[in-house]
Amino acid sequence: MELVTAYLDDGLDASDRARFEVHIGACEHCSAYLEQMRVTLRVVGHIDPDELEPEVERELLAAFREWKAGGR
Amino acid sequence: MPPRSPVDDQELVERARSGDEEAFALLVTRYSPMLLRLARMYVPTDALAEDVVQETWVAVVRGLERFEGRSSFKTWLFRILVNRAKTRGVREHRSIPFASVGGGADEDGDEGPTVDPARFTSEGAWTSAPADWHDDPEAALDSAEALRIAREAIAELPERQKIVITLRDLEGLSSDEVRNVLDLTETNQRVLLHRARAKVREALEDWIAS
Repeated sequence: MELVTAYLDDGLDASDRARFEVHIGACEHCSAYLEQMRVTLRVVGHIDPDELEPEVERELLAAFREWKAGGR
Repeated sequence: MPPRSPVDDQELVERARSGDEEAFALLVTRYSPMLLRLARMYVPTDALAEDVVQETWVAVVRGLERFEGRSSFKTWLFRILVNRAKTRGVREHRSIPFASVGGGADEDGDEGPTVDPARFTSEGAWTSAPADWHDDPEAALDSAEALRIAREAIAELPERQKIVITLRDLEGLSSDEVRNVLDLTETNQRVLLHRARAKVREALEDWIAS
């Protein structure tokens, strides 16, 4: 099962990949595990990031303006 | 989050370099949420994370002229953030020894298999099969509750696993980008990612089963 992440990352060479796929194709439990990993990735990918406070963003833009005005 | 703007980073960076404030603002908006989330893993409070993100952008402004585009802007930006966050994390007595990582085994006290060995017979066959999640309503896994479970599982991961899964699966960095940002070997990156994903999977499995 430790190969799943390498497999999903295209990190296996051709022969390991072929062996992995043969096994997964033949073993319903392992293929269920692989599918669960895919679903897990999808769930994780839907977690929303936090936003920057608007005032922090304003300060940053002010810093940018200063830099621009500073003659660089 | 709105769909990614079609203007690519490189173009925005060049415009910002020539003094275009709007381009800089777009970069800040595009990346600050990711930076905040990443910074928060190195420092103990939201306020400190905001400080680190702010420092990072100031460093970006100062460094824009030197940025030559040998790495992607994103990689460059995240490296700056990680360096600053680490410095700040050390100051706050909460350092993460990424640089000291040697082999694949890690100091998380966690080198066992990622699926509970009790799930296998001595011949390596599964004793209790992973459920077919397709039998569950897709909606369950798309629910806010599933997101909460995943979020909590990630929050409880050892720090380095948390950082790797966040960069890869939440922020969508490639394995090469993550290796460059964190100075990890390919194997290390993959081991940390696998352990992290396996634990989130397990948390979701437990939740579905209950």
